[in-house]
Amino acid sequence: MKMKAMTALCATLALSAPLVMAGGADDDKMVINGETEMVTKTTAPAHMENVSEIMSGWHFRSDETQALQLDDFDNPGMIFVDQALDAWNTVEGSAEKACASCHEGPESMKGVRAVYPKWNADAGEMRTLAMQINDCRENQMGAEKYKYDSVPMASMEALISVQSRGMPVNVAIDGEAAPYWEAGKELYYTRTGQLELSCANCHEDNYGNYIRADHLSQGQINGFPVYRLKNAKLNTAHGRFKGCVRDTRAETYSPGSPEFVALELYVASRGNGLSVEGPSVRN
Amino acid sequence: MASGVKPRVKVPKSAAAGDAITIKTLISHQMESGQRKDKDGNTIPRSIINRFTCDFNGQNVVDVKMEPAISTNPYIEFESTVPEAGEFKFTWYDDDGSIYDTTKKIAIG
Repeated sequence: MKMKAMTALCATLALSAPLVMAGGADDDKMVINGETEMVTKTTAPAHMENVSEIMSGWHFRSDETQALQLDDFDNPGMIFVDQALDAWNTVEGSAEKACASCHEGPESMKGVRAVYPKWNADAGEMRTLAMQINDCRENQMGAEKYKYDSVPMASMEALISVQSRGMPVNVAIDGEAAPYWEAGKELYYTRTGQLELSCANCHEDNYGNYIRADHLSQGQINGFPVYRLKNAKLNTAHGRFKGCVRDTRAETYSPGSPEFVALELYVASRGNGLSVEGPSVRN
Repeated sequence: MASGVKPRVKVPKSAAAGDAITIKTLISHQMESGQRKDKDGNTIPRSIINRFTCDFNGQNVVDVKMEPAISTNPYIEFESTVPEAGEFKFTWYDDDGSIYDTTKKIAIG
């Protein structure tokens, strides 16, 4: 419905003033380094009732910002990937191991980003990539955990994400994951804060519109961790959730909390089919 | 002291003689301006890259003086003509006296 309405609006505007910006997603194509073609628009997964097409947040950014993501040399997020590569090979903790001791090169992480958050049967918990990294650090390396939304954590996530770049997001929402997914969905549609806004109010009902000067995207997290121009560093999905909830003038959940883990699973599942983009570049 | 400093450059592997090519350079560096204060109110000492140069076969291509207002991880892009095969040498000069350099070969063809 929404798309039809927007198309009609575009058509009207096109007749009266061809150069008026109608908002909405653009039709640019994302090809990284001139070789990796990315899926940035595709049919919404079956569980989404109110959206027919899912789109990467990349489509809602300016051409200049978009361009930064098209070349790894221009992408400032890749600096953090380099730093994480050093960390990957650095021996830490009481077990005197580095990531590389068990996993060899980071290429072994291909496909990992695409399926997280993922149910871990041994631990009996829903695990995000960050939780898995910290589990490795704590229990395999005997090293200190990274702070959940810190730069070293975001950088390590970026290093792991970039191995899966171009692969479709494919998180499981059935079986053991189902109750977490339901909890995440509940949060997504719950209004919070003095402004009484839910995630859906902006990212489902109003994507493509402007909220003051900000161009609202669908709030997809296939591009996380994200290099944001506003703070010149990599940001985690939970860090962004926190920022969004805060903007509704609510007390936020903490990064790494069960609520945000559930929300991450649900929001990730809304992007099933989009390419993994991390580290992406946004405002 | 600056930590985690790593220079990187992107130069085409080959070019036609006399062609102008685009060179991209970036160095990861905190570029502490010297204008900020820490939690206790003490000035954080300035620590920036203050000069960047690029030479081709010993001949200077660019020589850039840099100031504290330049943001973190300075990125410099410029063009250079390539008269012959040879080597670009890139050098960054840190406030603390460190010099970081890297080289890239380019072929004619």
